[in-house]
Amino acid sequence: MDLRYTATEEAFRLKVRQWLEKNVPCESLKSFDTEEGFDQHRAWEKTLASDNWGMVTWPKEYGGRGCNLIQWLIFEEEYYRAGAPLRVNQNGIFLLGPTLMEYGTADQKSRFIGAMASGEEIWAQGWSEPGAGSDMAAIRSKAIRDGGDYIINGQKIWSTRAVFADWVFCIFRTDPESTRHHGLSFIFVPLDAEGVTVRPIDQLNGLPGFAEIFFDDVRVPVFNRLGEEGEGWAIAMSTAGFERGLMLRSPARFQEAAKKLVALYQAKRNDILDLSLEDAVVLCYLDAEAYALSTYATASRLMAGGNIGAESSCNKIFWSELDIKIHETAMRLLGARGELLPDSEDFSEELGVWLDGFFFAQSGPIYAGTNEVQRNIIAERMLGMPRK
Amino acid sequence: MNFMSSEDQIAYRDSVATMLAAEVTAESIRARWDSPKGIDEKLIEQLNELGLNTMLVPESCGGLGLSELDFILLAQECGRAALPEPLVDNVLVANAMLADVACSDLVSAKQCEDLLSEVAAGKVMLACGHWINPFINMAHIHQWLLLSHGDEVHLVESSAVELLPQRSADPSRRIFKVNWQPKAETRIANGEAGAGLWRRALNRGALGVAAQLIGLSESILHRAVGFTADREQFGRPVGSNQAVKHLLADCAVSLEFAKPVMARAAYAVGSNSSDADCAVSHAKVAASRAAQLCARHGMQVHGAMGYTWECDLHIWMKRCWAIDKTWGDAGFHKNRIHERLLDPSTLMGAGHTFTSATSKTYNSQEGAA
Ligand SMILES: Cc1cc2nc3c(=O)[nH]c(=O)nc-3n(C[C@H](O)[C@H](O)[C@H](O)COP(=O)(O)OP(=O)(O)OC[C@H]3O[C@@H](n4cnc5c(N)ncnc54)[C@H](O)[C@@H]3O)c2cc1C
Repeated sequence: MDLRYTATEEAFRLKVRQWLEKNVPCESLKSFDTEEGFDQHRAWEKTLASDNWGMVTWPKEYGGRGCNLIQWLIFEEEYYRAGAPLRVNQNGIFLLGPTLMEYGTADQKSRFIGAMASGEEIWAQGWSEPGAGSDMAAIRSKAIRDGGDYIINGQKIWSTRAVFADWVFCIFRTDPESTRHHGLSFIFVPLDAEGVTVRPIDQLNGLPGFAEIFFDDVRVPVFNRLGEEGEGWAIAMSTAGFERGLMLRSPARFQEAAKKLVALYQAKRNDILDLSLEDAVVLCYLDAEAYALSTYATASRLMAGGNIGAESSCNKIFWSELDIKIHETAMRLLGARGELLPDSEDFSEELGVWLDGFFFAQSGPIYAGTNEVQRNIIAERMLGMPRK
Repeated sequence: MNFMSSEDQIAYRDSVATMLAAEVTAESIRARWDSPKGIDEKLIEQLNELGLNTMLVPESCGGLGLSELDFILLAQECGRAALPEPLVDNVLVANAMLADVACSDLVSAKQCEDLLSEVAAGKVMLACGHWINPFINMAHIHQWLLLSHGDEVHLVESSAVELLPQRSADPSRRIFKVNWQPKAETRIANGEAGAGLWRRALNRGALGVAAQLIGLSESILHRAVGFTADREQFGRPVGSNQAVKHLLADCAVSLEFAKPVMARAAYAVGSNSSDADCAVSHAKVAASRAAQLCARHGMQVHGAMGYTWECDLHIWMKRCWAIDKTWGDAGFHKNRIHERLLDPSTLMGAGHTFTSATSKTYNSQEGAA
């Protein structure tokens, strides 16, 4: 164990910092759940990609930097420290990109990866359906083979950023006789294809952060299928592994949030009547640090050839509950003024984006596999408790 | 940057774990409760043979010259076994403190060096009575005591003090209040040197408790999983019920996020890092939360059986409850963190996790035996 950064790691940090200092836009971008904001974020992805900073963990041949996980953590720390924009390309970087590299043909890689890296094509994820939430194997939407094409019918829901995205990667039932996780395939659909209808769904903050997608006899070439027919479930699970695993939420995000919470607490300290707030702030800070330490530990283990199994379910629970604790504590510190929306006359700087963050934090224990489902996984696969 | 324990550290841990699993059974722990001294003297000899009691003593003083980082996994195993012998406090705190004086330029260095060689030979045992703890566990089996009088450190023969036995809720603990008068002849350090020694002792003691709490909790969780797989109600194992699973999954999460914190704290103490205080306090708070949860949920899933004297669970539960408040309770440790948060010079946020840890050097290659 050696908890010092090597000279190479320090040099890498400096390089990231210098680039970000030069390039991060001074004015914060509009939310990417608005059309204007989405375009701004797409432009930012292009800027990142122009110097190969968009997908640092990807191999160099795909426009990445081949960073190991410790370097990824350093990059993320610098990224959040610099207050750089949220990543509209998240699905591409961490979910589809690595999956495509593993399962894609050479032609598929050359068709999709470059455009993904540059932000030219932004991807949404289409797994959930009205009848298939936690129980993803209940998927009913069908893609039926017709010569060199698939004809798709059905409906996806809760697809994040699908309102403004260009493509969606989905799981469809290619064998209509199949049930559960058999007979499913992993297929890409352009969101402007004929027969595709995207219906925006407003989230708690009133913005259309996700969408319902309807497929009416949508035709896509077989080329758009990733992996073999019927292999969709296995590929999707590997994607879910990436997502739940290490990279969906980097610790830097929560460390910066905890730091802002401490600053808010310091500003409010003399007016606090609720003594339990001191404890809450201390625990938020400690848990954000614990998440960072645990991620460094996992990164080291993975780099030494270990793997991440049901521990990733522990991660999902820990960061999502931490995010809620941080924002709940902030709302308690803000008191009755906390409900003010930014366009209120009395809105002040101090209220910042806590309310928006508080709303978003509520969704953390739901997306990427609900925390109840994660607890089932921990109990059964990590602790070995009986299924029945 | 590398968070992995070395192969030597893992191997040392495994050998100690194997030995403890064989020697320290629930039955043998219960036997200690009824014995006059409350300990297994042969086991102490066996542990000495493994070189444990001088692990943190420098080689120049006849020890193994290892660090807190090398010992921490062993402390966790002592917790897992619910070992009643006060090995962790002896090795990690008392002997290491004596070694600190022996290696210093204090006038008492020579005296401490001589005593240290007797400790190394297993001839005498030394306990540390820190001002933060009202009682000393197993004081009666130690020939020497390190006692605090303000910042002063006194090295006192236990035959020269009055030991007032108390009864602990944990039958494996034999705790004593020490009645004594400080004398100039017994003082081995004072002033800044003394304060520094007490401060280090506190960090080491709290680190040892954190590691033991984690080991104890893991053991409770393991027992709870086993019990709920065997016990059937409504025609199926009670552990197949989701309500039961989720209680134990929460225990697993709390442990998963306490262990790396403990490792970092051991590293910080071992490398004399300036952030050792906060790293240790964090470890103590995280381990304590995990232990409280594991004890509570572990007991719950055992049903009435867990509430009995007969069921072994309380061996681990009561140890958690008792040692959790030693070497500084949650209030003490959270307060150290709180002070840091209010200090305007504190660097926090992304990228600062290891800020102070990087400022001092520590060579992990010097690793374990
Ligand atoms: C902000 C946000 C973004 C999202 N983005 C996407 C996206 O981009 N693409 C996509 O495909 N999906 C997305 N989702 C959908 C998400 O994956 C699902 O919401 C999630 O899988 C849960 O499904 P559900 O909403 O149908 O809830 P349900 O499955 O109906 O669950 C309802 C409640 O029942 C509990 N429950 C269900 N089954 C069990 C069980 N076996 N044991 C214990 N409790 C159980 C759940 O934990 C939950 O509390 C997003 C969701 C949110 C909130």
